[in-house]
Amino acid sequence: MPITVICGHYGCGKTNLVLNLALEAAGSGPVTLVDLDIVNPYFRSSDYGELLKNKGVRLIAPVFAGTTLDTPTLPPEIQSIFAPGAGRVIIDSGGDDAGATALGGLSHGLKRSGYELIYVINRYRALSQSPQECAELLREIEGAARLLATGIVNNSHLGVETELWHVLESLDFARTAAELTGLPLLYSTVPDFALDGREPPEGFKAVGRLVKFAWE
Amino acid sequence: MKVLMKGNEALGEAAIRAGCRHFFGYPITPQTELAAYMSKRMPKIGGTYLQAESEIAAVNMVLGASAAGVRAMTSSSSPGISLKSEGISYMAGSDLPALIINVQRGGPGLGGIQPSQADYWQATKATGHGDFQVLVFAPSTVQEMVDLVSDAFDTADRWRMPAMILADGMLGQMMEPVELPEEGEHASTEKPWAANGHSNKREHNIINSLYLTPDKLEELVVERYKRYEQVKATEQRAEEYLCDDADVIIVAYGASSRVARSAVNKAREKGGKVGLLRPITLWPFPTGALQKAAGHAKAFLTVEMSMGQMVDDVKLAIDCRVPVHFFGRTGGIIPTPGEVLAEVEKLL
Repeated sequence: MPITVICGHYGCGKTNLVLNLALEAAGSGPVTLVDLDIVNPYFRSSDYGELLKNKGVRLIAPVFAGTTLDTPTLPPEIQSIFAPGAGRVIIDSGGDDAGATALGGLSHGLKRSGYELIYVINRYRALSQSPQECAELLREIEGAARLLATGIVNNSHLGVETELWHVLESLDFARTAAELTGLPLLYSTVPDFALDGREPPEGFKAVGRLVKFAWE
Repeated sequence: MKVLMKGNEALGEAAIRAGCRHFFGYPITPQTELAAYMSKRMPKIGGTYLQAESEIAAVNMVLGASAAGVRAMTSSSSPGISLKSEGISYMAGSDLPALIINVQRGGPGLGGIQPSQADYWQATKATGHGDFQVLVFAPSTVQEMVDLVSDAFDTADRWRMPAMILADGMLGQMMEPVELPEEGEHASTEKPWAANGHSNKREHNIINSLYLTPDKLEELVVERYKRYEQVKATEQRAEEYLCDDADVIIVAYGASSRVARSAVNKAREKGGKVGLLRPITLWPFPTGALQKAAGHAKAFLTVEMSMGQMVDDVKLAIDCRVPVHFFGRTGGIIPTPGEVLAEVEKLL
Protein backbone atom coordinates (compact mmCIF):
# COMPACT_ATOMS: atom_id res chain seq x y z
CA MET A 1 0.00 0.00 0.00
CA PRO A 2 1.55 3.36 -0.95
CA ILE A 3 2.31 5.74 1.87
CA THR A 4 -0.02 8.74 1.87
CA VAL A 5 1.73 12.09 2.30
CA ILE A 6 -0.28 15.27 2.88
CA CYS A 7 1.36 18.59 2.04
CA GLY A 8 0.22 22.16 1.41
CA HIS A 9 0.30 25.77 2.50
CA TYR A 10 0.46 26.08 6.27
CA GLY A 11 -2.99 26.71 7.63
CA CYS A 12 -4.84 25.11 4.69
CA GLY A 13 -6.27 22.41 6.97
CA LYS A 14 -3.81 19.56 6.47
CA THR A 15 -3.88 18.39 10.07
CA ASN A 16 -7.65 18.23 10.24
CA LEU A 17 -7.74 16.23 7.00
CA VAL A 18 -4.98 13.89 8.19
CA LEU A 19 -6.81 13.21 11.46
CA ASN A 20 -9.98 12.42 9.50
CA LEU A 21 -8.12 10.05 7.16
CA ALA A 22 -6.38 8.29 10.05
CA LEU A 23 -9.56 7.79 12.06
CA GLU A 24 -11.41 6.61 8.96
CA ALA A 25 -8.72 3.99 8.29
CA ALA A 26 -8.55 2.90 11.93
CA GLY A 27 -10.25 -0.40 12.56
CA SER A 28 -9.36 -1.95 9.21
CA GLY A 29 -5.75 -2.89 9.95
CA PRO A 30 -2.80 -1.09 11.54
CA VAL A 31 -2.62 2.67 10.95
CA THR A 32 0.34 4.95 11.61
CA LEU A 33 0.15 8.72 11.56
CA VAL A 34 3.46 10.54 11.22
CA ASP A 35 3.53 14.15 12.41
CA LEU A 36 6.40 15.48 10.36
CA ASP A 37 5.86 19.12 11.25
CA ILE A 38 9.16 20.42 12.59
CA VAL A 39 8.17 24.06 12.11
CA ASN A 40 4.96 24.85 13.94
CA PRO A 41 4.59 24.17 17.68
CA TYR A 42 0.82 24.87 17.71
CA PHE A 43 -2.22 23.09 16.18
CA ARG A 44 -0.45 19.93 15.07
CA SER A 45 -1.53 16.32 14.82
CA SER A 46 0.56 15.20 17.80
CA ASP A 47 -1.72 17.40 19.98
CA TYR A 48 -4.35 14.73 19.33
CA GLY A 49 -2.29 11.79 20.66
CA GLU A 50 -4.98 10.74 23.11
CA LEU A 51 -7.73 10.66 20.48
CA LEU A 52 -5.52 8.69 18.09
CA LYS A 53 -4.44 6.25 20.80
CA ASN A 54 -8.04 5.57 21.75
CA LYS A 55 -8.81 4.69 18.14
CA GLY A 56 -5.76 2.45 17.87
CA VAL A 57 -3.74 4.76 15.60
CA ARG A 58 0.01 4.73 16.19
CA LEU A 59 1.50 8.22 16.31
CA ILE A 60 5.09 9.00 15.38
CA ALA A 61 5.94 12.59 16.27
CA PRO A 62 9.02 14.79 16.53
CA VAL A 63 10.87 13.97 19.73
CA PHE A 64 10.00 17.19 21.52
CA ALA A 65 6.52 17.77 20.06
CA GLY A 66 4.11 19.04 22.68
CA THR A 67 6.88 20.22 24.95
CA THR A 68 8.12 23.77 25.02
CA LEU A 69 11.45 22.79 23.52
CA ASP A 70 11.67 24.36 20.09
CA THR A 71 13.95 21.73 18.55
CA PRO A 72 13.29 20.09 15.19
CA THR A 73 14.27 16.51 15.98
CA LEU A 74 12.73 13.41 14.39
CA PRO A 75 12.78 10.00 16.13
CA PRO A 76 14.58 6.99 14.56
CA GLU A 77 11.25 5.12 14.86
CA ILE A 78 10.23 6.99 11.72
CA GLN A 79 12.15 4.44 9.59
CA SER A 80 9.66 1.78 10.72
CA ILE A 81 7.11 3.13 8.24
CA PHE A 82 9.13 1.48 5.47
CA ALA A 83 9.15 -1.94 7.18
CA PRO A 84 6.95 -4.73 5.80
CA GLY A 85 3.63 -4.91 7.64
CA ALA A 86 3.66 -1.22 8.53
CA GLY A 87 0.05 -1.09 7.37
CA ARG A 88 -1.55 2.15 6.34
CA VAL A 89 0.82 5.10 6.84
CA ILE A 90 -0.28 8.74 6.62
CA ILE A 91 2.28 11.52 6.86
CA ASP A 92 1.28 15.03 7.94
CA SER A 93 3.97 17.26 6.46
CA GLY A 94 4.71 20.73 7.79
CA GLY A 95 3.40 23.73 5.87
CA ASP A 96 5.02 25.25 2.79
CA ASP A 97 8.48 24.35 1.51
CA ALA A 98 10.04 24.94 4.96
CA GLY A 99 7.74 22.31 6.46
CA ALA A 100 8.35 19.93 3.56
CA THR A 101 12.11 19.93 4.17
CA ALA A 102 11.82 17.03 6.62
CA LEU A 103 9.95 15.15 3.92
CA GLY A 104 12.97 15.56 1.65
CA GLY A 105 14.97 13.47 4.12
CA LEU A 106 12.53 10.60 3.63
CA SER A 107 12.27 10.93 -0.15
CA HIS A 108 14.50 7.94 -1.00
CA GLY A 109 12.51 5.62 1.25
CA LEU A 110 9.21 6.96 -0.07
CA LYS A 111 10.27 6.48 -3.69
CA ARG A 112 11.32 2.89 -2.94
CA SER A 113 8.19 1.95 -1.04
CA GLY A 114 5.72 3.89 -3.18
CA TYR A 115 3.79 6.99 -2.17
CA GLU A 116 0.97 9.30 -3.04
CA LEU A 117 1.72 12.97 -2.36
CA ILE A 118 -1.53 14.86 -1.90
CA TYR A 119 -1.45 18.62 -2.24
CA VAL A 120 -4.13 20.29 -0.11
CA ILE A 121 -5.51 23.65 -1.24
CA ASN A 122 -7.94 26.14 0.28
CA ARG A 123 -9.19 29.12 -1.70
CA TYR A 124 -10.10 30.99 1.49
CA ARG A 125 -6.59 30.79 2.94
CA ALA A 126 -4.59 34.01 2.67
CA LEU A 127 -1.56 33.92 0.35
CA SER A 128 -2.79 30.80 -1.51
CA GLN A 129 -6.12 32.01 -2.78
CA SER A 130 -5.44 31.96 -6.50
CA PRO A 131 -4.72 28.85 -8.60
CA GLN A 132 -1.50 30.58 -9.71
CA GLU A 133 -0.30 31.03 -6.12
CA CYS A 134 -1.17 27.39 -5.43
CA ALA A 135 0.82 26.20 -8.45
CA GLU A 136 3.82 28.32 -7.47
CA LEU A 137 3.74 27.09 -3.88
CA LEU A 138 3.52 23.47 -5.05
CA ARG A 139 6.73 23.85 -7.05
CA GLU A 140 8.50 25.12 -3.91
CA ILE A 141 7.11 22.27 -1.82
CA GLU A 142 8.08 19.66 -4.41
CA GLY A 143 11.59 21.07 -4.51
CA ALA A 144 12.01 20.87 -0.74
CA ALA A 145 10.33 17.46 -0.52
CA ARG A 146 12.28 16.04 -3.47
CA LEU A 147 9.03 14.35 -4.45
CA LEU A 148 6.35 15.04 -7.04
CA ALA A 149 2.73 15.51 -6.08
CA THR A 150 0.26 12.95 -7.39
CA GLY A 151 -3.09 14.61 -6.72
CA ILE A 152 -4.96 17.60 -5.30
CA VAL A 153 -7.54 17.71 -2.53
CA ASN A 154 -9.69 20.82 -2.44
CA ASN A 155 -10.07 21.56 1.26
CA SER A 156 -11.58 25.04 0.85
CA HIS A 157 -13.28 26.21 4.03
CA LEU A 158 -13.67 29.28 6.26
CA GLY A 159 -13.30 27.66 9.68
CA VAL A 160 -16.41 27.67 11.85
CA GLU A 161 -18.10 30.08 9.44
CA THR A 162 -18.03 27.59 6.54
CA GLU A 163 -21.33 27.17 4.71
CA LEU A 164 -22.10 24.78 1.88
CA TRP A 165 -21.99 27.55 -0.75
CA HIS A 166 -18.42 28.38 0.26
CA VAL A 167 -17.23 24.92 -0.68
CA LEU A 168 -19.38 24.72 -3.83
CA GLU A 169 -18.02 28.07 -5.02
CA SER A 170 -14.46 26.84 -4.59
CA LEU A 171 -14.80 24.20 -7.33
CA ASP A 172 -13.73 26.44 -10.22
CA PHE A 173 -10.64 27.48 -8.26
CA ALA A 174 -9.79 23.83 -7.56
CA ARG A 175 -10.30 22.75 -11.18
CA THR A 176 -8.08 25.59 -12.46
CA ALA A 177 -5.40 24.70 -9.89
CA ALA A 178 -5.57 21.06 -11.07
CA GLU A 179 -5.23 22.17 -14.70
CA LEU A 180 -2.29 24.47 -13.95
CA THR A 181 -0.41 21.80 -12.01
CA GLY A 182 -1.39 18.94 -14.31
CA LEU A 183 -2.65 16.95 -11.31
CA PRO A 184 -5.97 15.17 -10.88
CA LEU A 185 -8.48 16.74 -8.48
CA LEU A 186 -9.08 13.73 -6.22
CA TYR A 187 -11.98 15.16 -4.23
CA SER A 188 -13.19 18.19 -2.31
CA THR A 189 -14.01 18.24 1.38
CA VAL A 190 -17.00 19.68 3.16
CA PRO A 191 -17.16 20.07 6.95
CA ASP A 192 -19.94 17.84 8.32
CA PHE A 193 -21.51 20.74 10.25
CA ALA A 194 -22.03 22.62 6.96
CA LEU A 195 -24.10 19.72 5.60
CA ASP A 196 -26.89 19.95 8.21
CA GLY A 197 -27.53 16.23 7.91
CA ARG A 198 -27.57 16.23 4.10
CA GLU A 199 -25.43 13.91 2.00
CA PRO A 200 -22.24 15.51 0.62
CA PRO A 201 -22.58 16.56 -3.06
CA GLU A 202 -20.90 14.37 -5.70
CA GLY A 203 -17.12 14.65 -5.62
CA PHE A 204 -17.19 15.82 -1.99
CA LYS A 205 -16.10 14.01 1.14
CA ALA A 206 -17.54 14.97 4.53
CA VAL A 207 -14.92 15.66 7.20
CA GLY A 208 -15.34 16.21 10.93
CA ARG A 209 -13.95 19.34 12.57
CA LEU A 210 -11.40 17.75 14.86
CA VAL A 211 -8.89 20.59 15.23
CA LYS A 212 -10.59 22.90 17.71
CA PHE A 213 -9.85 25.85 19.97
CA ALA A 214 -9.11 25.38 23.66
CA TRP A 215 -12.33 27.14 24.68
CA GLU A 216 -14.75 25.05 22.62
CA MET B 1 -14.63 38.23 0.75
CA LYS B 2 -13.52 36.86 4.07
CA VAL B 3 -10.21 35.04 4.23
CA LEU B 4 -8.75 32.61 6.69
CA MET B 5 -5.75 34.07 8.46
CA LYS B 6 -3.48 33.29 11.34
CA GLY B 7 -3.51 35.98 13.99
CA ASN B 8 0.15 36.78 13.32
CA GLU B 9 -0.42 37.20 9.59
CA ALA B 10 -3.56 39.26 10.18
CA LEU B 11 -1.61 41.70 12.36
CA GLY B 12 0.91 42.12 9.55
CA GLU B 13 -1.64 42.63 6.78
CA ALA B 14 -3.68 45.01 8.93
CA ALA B 15 -0.58 47.11 9.57
CA ILE B 16 0.15 47.32 5.84
CA ARG B 17 -3.44 48.39 5.17
CA ALA B 18 -3.10 50.99 7.93
CA GLY B 19 -0.30 52.56 5.94
CA CYS B 20 2.70 50.99 7.66
CA ARG B 21 5.61 50.50 5.26
CA HIS B 22 8.40 50.05 7.80
CA PHE B 23 8.78 46.85 9.78
CA PHE B 24 11.87 46.03 11.80
CA GLY B 25 11.92 42.70 13.58
CA TYR B 26 13.66 39.65 14.82
CA PRO B 27 12.21 36.12 14.89
CA ILE B 28 10.91 34.46 18.04
CA THR B 29 8.24 31.82 18.58
CA PRO B 30 5.23 32.23 18.70
CA GLN B 31 5.41 35.51 16.77
CA THR B 32 7.63 34.56 13.84
CA GLU B 33 4.86 34.27 11.21
CA LEU B 34 4.30 38.01 11.55
CA ALA B 35 7.89 38.80 10.61
CA ALA B 36 7.80 36.11 7.91
CA TYR B 37 4.61 37.58 6.48
CA MET B 38 6.11 41.06 6.38
CA SER B 39 9.24 39.73 4.69
CA LYS B 40 7.06 38.41 1.86
CA ARG B 41 4.68 41.36 1.55
CA MET B 42 6.80 44.46 2.13
CA PRO B 43 9.13 44.06 -0.88
CA LYS B 44 6.08 43.64 -3.16
CA ILE B 45 4.57 46.98 -2.12
CA GLY B 46 7.72 49.08 -1.94
CA GLY B 47 7.91 48.86 1.84
CA THR B 48 10.83 48.03 4.08
CA TYR B 49 11.18 44.74 5.90
CA LEU B 50 14.37 44.49 7.83
CA GLN B 51 15.45 41.64 10.04
CA ALA B 52 17.75 43.38 12.47
CA GLU B 53 20.74 41.82 14.19
CA SER B 54 18.88 41.89 17.50
CA GLU B 55 15.66 43.04 19.14
CA ILE B 56 17.47 46.09 20.51
CA ALA B 57 18.59 47.11 17.02
CA ALA B 58 15.06 46.54 15.65
CA VAL B 59 13.33 48.76 18.18
CA ASN B 60 15.84 51.55 17.62
CA MET B 61 15.22 51.35 13.87
CA VAL B 62 11.53 51.85 14.68
CA LEU B 63 12.52 54.90 16.71
CA GLY B 64 14.46 56.31 13.78
CA ALA B 65 11.71 55.66 11.25
CA SER B 66 9.05 57.11 13.53
CA ALA B 67 11.20 60.21 14.13
CA ALA B 68 11.18 60.71 10.37
CA GLY B 69 7.38 60.74 10.49
CA VAL B 70 6.44 57.36 8.98
CA ARG B 71 4.28 54.63 10.47
CA ALA B 72 6.71 52.08 11.86
CA MET B 73 6.34 48.91 13.86
CA THR B 74 8.10 45.97 15.41
CA SER B 75 6.89 42.73 16.90
CA SER B 76 8.24 40.11 19.24
CA SER B 77 7.32 37.75 22.03
CA SER B 78 7.94 38.19 25.75
CA PRO B 79 11.74 37.83 26.13
CA GLY B 80 12.21 39.92 22.99
CA ILE B 81 9.96 42.66 24.35
CA SER B 82 12.15 42.83 27.46
CA LEU B 83 15.07 43.55 25.14
CA LYS B 84 13.06 46.20 23.33
CA SER B 85 12.07 47.95 26.54
CA GLU B 86 14.97 50.39 26.43
CA GLY B 87 13.97 51.61 22.95
CA ILE B 88 10.32 51.85 23.96
CA SER B 89 11.30 54.09 26.86
CA TYR B 90 13.38 56.25 24.50
CA MET B 91 10.40 56.56 22.14
CA ALA B 92 8.12 57.54 25.02
CA GLY B 93 10.72 60.08 26.14
CA SER B 94 10.86 61.46 22.59
CA ASP B 95 7.05 61.57 22.19
CA LEU B 96 7.17 59.21 19.23
CA PRO B 97 4.22 57.14 18.04
CA ALA B 98 4.93 53.54 16.99
CA LEU B 99 3.34 50.11 17.15
CA ILE B 100 4.90 47.33 19.20
CA ILE B 101 3.29 43.90 19.13
CA ASN B 102 3.84 41.37 21.90
CA VAL B 103 2.64 37.83 21.15
CA GLN B 104 3.18 36.63 24.70
CA ARG B 105 4.68 33.30 25.72
CA GLY B 106 5.34 31.78 29.13
CA GLY B 107 8.01 33.33 31.35
CA PRO B 108 10.04 34.44 33.22
CA GLY B 109 13.38 33.99 31.50
CA LEU B 110 13.29 32.04 28.28
CA GLY B 111 10.18 30.41 29.74
CA GLY B 112 8.28 28.42 27.12
CA ILE B 113 6.67 28.86 23.73
CA GLN B 114 3.04 28.29 24.70
CA PRO B 115 0.55 31.16 25.24
CA SER B 116 0.67 33.35 28.31
CA GLN B 117 -0.54 36.69 29.69
CA ALA B 118 2.24 37.15 32.19
CA ASP B 119 3.51 40.38 30.59
CA TYR B 120 0.51 42.42 31.78
CA TRP B 121 2.54 44.26 34.40
CA GLN B 122 5.34 44.87 31.92
CA ALA B 123 2.94 46.28 29.32
CA THR B 124 0.80 48.43 31.59
CA LYS B 125 3.22 49.53 34.29
CA ALA B 126 6.85 48.94 33.46
CA THR B 127 7.52 48.77 29.74
CA GLY B 128 10.86 50.42 30.42
CA HIS B 129 12.61 52.84 32.75
CA GLY B 130 11.27 56.26 33.64
CA ASP B 131 7.88 57.94 34.11
CA PHE B 132 5.79 56.92 31.12
CA GLN B 133 2.91 54.86 29.80
CA VAL B 134 2.22 53.18 26.49
CA LEU B 135 -1.23 52.55 25.04
CA VAL B 136 -2.07 48.85 25.42
CA PHE B 137 -4.70 47.11 23.28
CA ALA B 138 -5.83 43.54 23.95
CA PRO B 139 -7.59 41.81 21.04
CA SER B 140 -9.49 38.56 21.61
CA THR B 141 -10.21 37.40 18.04
CA VAL B 142 -8.27 37.47 14.80
CA GLN B 143 -10.79 40.00 13.43
CA GLU B 144 -10.19 42.23 16.43
CA MET B 145 -6.44 41.94 15.86
CA VAL B 146 -7.06 43.42 12.41
CA ASP B 147 -9.33 46.18 13.71
CA LEU B 148 -7.10 47.19 16.62
CA VAL B 149 -3.93 47.54 14.53
CA SER B 150 -5.23 50.61 12.70
CA ASP B 151 -6.82 51.95 15.89
CA ALA B 152 -3.49 51.55 17.68
CA PHE B 153 -1.60 53.40 14.95
CA ASP B 154 -4.20 56.21 14.90
CA THR B 155 -4.31 56.54 18.69
CA ALA B 156 -0.51 56.52 18.92
CA ASP B 157 -0.33 59.32 16.33
CA ARG B 158 -3.07 61.32 18.08
CA TRP B 159 -1.31 61.30 21.45
CA ARG B 160 2.28 61.03 20.23
CA MET B 161 3.07 57.96 22.27
CA PRO B 162 3.95 54.30 21.55
CA ALA B 163 1.11 51.77 21.37
CA MET B 164 1.33 48.09 22.13
CA ILE B 165 -0.90 45.25 21.01
CA LEU B 166 -0.74 42.68 23.78
CA ALA B 167 -1.65 39.36 22.18
CA ASP B 168 -0.64 35.84 23.15
CA GLY B 169 0.64 32.73 21.42
CA MET B 170 -2.83 31.29 20.98
CA LEU B 171 -4.18 34.40 19.25
CA GLY B 172 -1.05 34.64 17.14
CA GLN B 173 -1.20 31.03 15.99
CA MET B 174 -4.92 30.43 15.63
CA MET B 175 -6.76 30.77 12.36
CA GLU B 176 -10.09 32.56 11.96
CA PRO B 177 -11.99 34.16 9.07
CA VAL B 178 -11.38 37.90 8.78
CA GLU B 179 -12.67 40.80 6.76
CA LEU B 180 -9.76 43.05 5.89
CA PRO B 181 -10.25 46.82 5.48
CA GLU B 182 -9.46 48.46 2.17
CA GLU B 183 -6.12 50.16 2.19
CA GLY B 184 -6.26 53.88 2.87
CA GLU B 185 -9.28 53.73 5.19
CA HIS B 186 -7.03 54.76 8.07
CA ALA B 187 -6.75 58.31 9.33
CA SER B 188 -3.61 60.10 8.25
CA THR B 189 -2.11 62.44 10.77
CA GLU B 190 -0.01 65.50 10.01
CA LYS B 191 3.35 65.26 11.75
CA PRO B 192 4.82 68.77 11.80
CA TRP B 193 7.32 67.61 14.44
CA ALA B 194 8.96 64.98 12.19
CA ALA B 195 12.67 65.18 11.51
CA ASN B 196 12.29 64.63 7.79
CA GLY B 197 14.25 67.47 6.28
CA HIS B 198 13.47 71.19 6.70
CA SER B 199 14.51 72.25 3.16
CA ASN B 200 15.54 75.61 4.63
CA LYS B 201 11.85 76.43 5.05
CA ARG B 202 11.42 75.89 8.77
CA GLU B 203 13.36 75.46 12.01
CA HIS B 204 15.10 72.18 12.70
CA ASN B 205 12.97 69.51 14.32
CA ILE B 206 14.96 67.68 16.95
CA ILE B 207 13.88 64.30 18.33
CA ASN B 208 15.54 63.68 21.65
CA SER B 209 15.01 62.11 25.06
CA LEU B 210 18.07 63.50 26.85
CA TYR B 211 17.38 66.48 29.13
CA LEU B 212 20.15 67.16 31.65
CA THR B 213 18.40 70.07 33.33
CA PRO B 214 16.02 68.66 35.97
CA ASP B 215 13.55 71.56 35.63
CA LYS B 216 13.21 70.99 31.89
CA LEU B 217 12.89 67.21 32.29
CA GLU B 218 10.26 67.60 35.00
CA GLU B 219 8.32 70.06 32.85
CA LEU B 220 8.26 67.62 29.92
CA VAL B 221 7.21 64.65 32.08
CA VAL B 222 4.46 66.66 33.75
CA GLU B 223 3.17 67.77 30.33
CA ARG B 224 3.16 64.12 29.23
CA TYR B 225 1.20 63.10 32.34
CA LYS B 226 -1.42 65.77 31.59
CA ARG B 227 -1.80 64.15 28.21
CA TYR B 228 -2.12 60.73 29.89
CA GLU B 229 -5.04 62.09 31.92
CA GLN B 230 -6.77 63.06 28.67
CA VAL B 231 -6.03 59.60 27.26
CA LYS B 232 -7.57 57.99 30.36
CA ALA B 233 -10.66 60.16 29.97
CA THR B 234 -11.21 59.45 26.27
CA GLU B 235 -9.61 56.17 25.16
CA GLN B 236 -10.93 53.52 27.60
CA ARG B 237 -12.54 50.56 25.85
CA ALA B 238 -14.27 47.45 27.14
CA GLU B 239 -16.89 44.97 25.98
CA GLU B 240 -19.71 43.91 28.25
CA TYR B 241 -21.28 40.51 27.71
CA LEU B 242 -24.42 39.64 29.69
CA CYS B 243 -23.37 42.01 32.48
CA ASP B 244 -26.65 43.88 33.05
CA ASP B 245 -28.22 41.41 35.49
CA ALA B 246 -25.03 39.58 36.49
CA ASP B 247 -24.29 38.73 40.12
CA VAL B 248 -20.79 37.57 39.27
CA ILE B 249 -18.76 39.28 36.57
CA ILE B 250 -15.68 37.68 35.09
CA VAL B 251 -13.01 40.15 34.02
CA ALA B 252 -10.75 38.71 31.35
CA TYR B 253 -9.00 39.89 28.19
CA GLY B 254 -7.42 38.24 25.14
CA ALA B 255 -7.48 34.45 24.84
CA SER B 256 -8.60 33.94 28.43
CA SER B 257 -11.71 36.03 27.67
CA ARG B 258 -12.65 33.44 25.03
CA VAL B 259 -12.48 30.77 27.72
CA ALA B 260 -14.40 33.01 30.13
CA ARG B 261 -17.11 33.60 27.52
CA SER B 262 -17.63 29.85 27.14
CA ALA B 263 -17.83 29.56 30.96
CA VAL B 264 -20.41 32.39 31.07
CA ASN B 265 -22.53 30.59 28.46
CA LYS B 266 -22.33 27.34 30.41
CA ALA B 267 -23.25 29.12 33.66
CA ARG B 268 -26.21 30.84 31.97
CA GLU B 269 -27.48 27.48 30.68
CA LYS B 270 -27.63 26.40 34.31
CA GLY B 271 -29.44 29.60 35.31
CA GLY B 272 -26.46 31.35 36.91
CA LYS B 273 -26.40 35.13 36.50
CA VAL B 274 -22.85 35.50 35.23
CA GLY B 275 -21.39 38.07 32.86
CA LEU B 276 -18.10 38.95 31.23
CA LEU B 277 -16.42 42.33 31.22
CA ARG B 278 -13.61 42.28 28.69
CA PRO B 279 -11.07 45.11 28.78
CA ILE B 280 -10.07 46.01 25.21
CA THR B 281 -7.66 48.70 26.37
CA LEU B 282 -5.46 47.58 29.27
CA TRP B 283 -3.92 51.04 29.46
CA PRO B 284 -5.93 53.13 29.86
CA PHE B 285 -7.68 50.56 32.02
CA PRO B 286 -11.49 50.65 31.55
CA THR B 287 -12.25 51.91 35.05
CA GLY B 288 -15.53 53.49 33.95
CA ALA B 289 -17.04 50.18 32.77
CA LEU B 290 -15.86 48.42 35.94
CA GLN B 291 -17.29 51.09 38.24
CA LYS B 292 -20.63 50.76 36.49
CA ALA B 293 -20.55 46.97 36.84
CA ALA B 294 -19.61 47.22 40.54
CA GLY B 295 -22.93 48.99 41.06
CA HIS B 296 -24.83 45.72 40.85
CA ALA B 297 -22.38 42.79 40.81
CA LYS B 298 -21.79 40.93 44.08
CA ALA B 299 -18.34 39.74 43.11
CA PHE B 300 -15.73 39.86 40.36
CA LEU B 301 -13.52 37.03 39.17
CA THR B 302 -10.49 37.87 37.08
CA VAL B 303 -9.34 35.05 34.83
CA GLU B 304 -5.84 35.29 33.48
CA MET B 305 -3.05 33.21 32.01
CA SER B 306 -0.72 34.49 34.73
CA MET B 307 -0.47 34.46 38.51
CA GLY B 308 -2.98 37.32 38.72
CA GLN B 309 -1.46 40.52 37.40
CA MET B 310 -4.71 42.35 36.55
CA VAL B 311 -6.44 41.71 39.93
CA ASP B 312 -5.09 44.86 41.59
CA ASP B 313 -6.20 47.06 38.70
CA VAL B 314 -9.74 45.72 39.03
CA LYS B 315 -9.69 46.33 42.80
CA LEU B 316 -8.41 49.88 42.32
CA ALA B 317 -10.94 50.61 39.58
CA ILE B 318 -13.86 49.71 41.85
CA ASP B 319 -12.23 50.99 45.04
CA CYS B 320 -12.62 47.49 46.57
CA ARG B 321 -16.39 47.95 46.77
CA VAL B 322 -17.03 44.24 46.14
CA PRO B 323 -14.68 41.26 46.50
CA VAL B 324 -12.37 40.55 43.56
CA HIS B 325 -11.31 36.92 43.19
CA PHE B 326 -8.78 35.36 40.87
CA PHE B 327 -8.39 32.19 38.86
CA GLY B 328 -5.52 31.59 36.51
CA ARG B 329 -3.13 29.13 34.95
CA THR B 330 0.36 30.06 33.96
CA GLY B 331 3.48 28.75 32.25
CA GLY B 332 1.75 28.32 28.90
CA ILE B 333 -1.43 26.62 30.06
CA ILE B 334 -4.83 27.90 28.94
CA PRO B 335 -7.54 27.48 31.58
CA THR B 336 -10.50 25.36 30.47
CA PRO B 337 -14.10 26.62 30.45
CA GLY B 338 -14.88 23.84 33.00
CA GLU B 339 -12.25 25.09 35.43
CA VAL B 340 -13.52 28.66 35.15
CA LEU B 341 -17.13 27.54 35.58
CA ALA B 342 -16.21 25.68 38.77
CA GLU B 343 -14.63 28.87 40.18
CA VAL B 344 -17.66 30.95 39.21
CA GLU B 345 -20.03 28.51 40.85
CA LYS B 346 -18.21 28.91 44.16
CA LEU B 347 -19.15 32.61 44.06
CA LEU B 348 -22.81 32.33 43.05
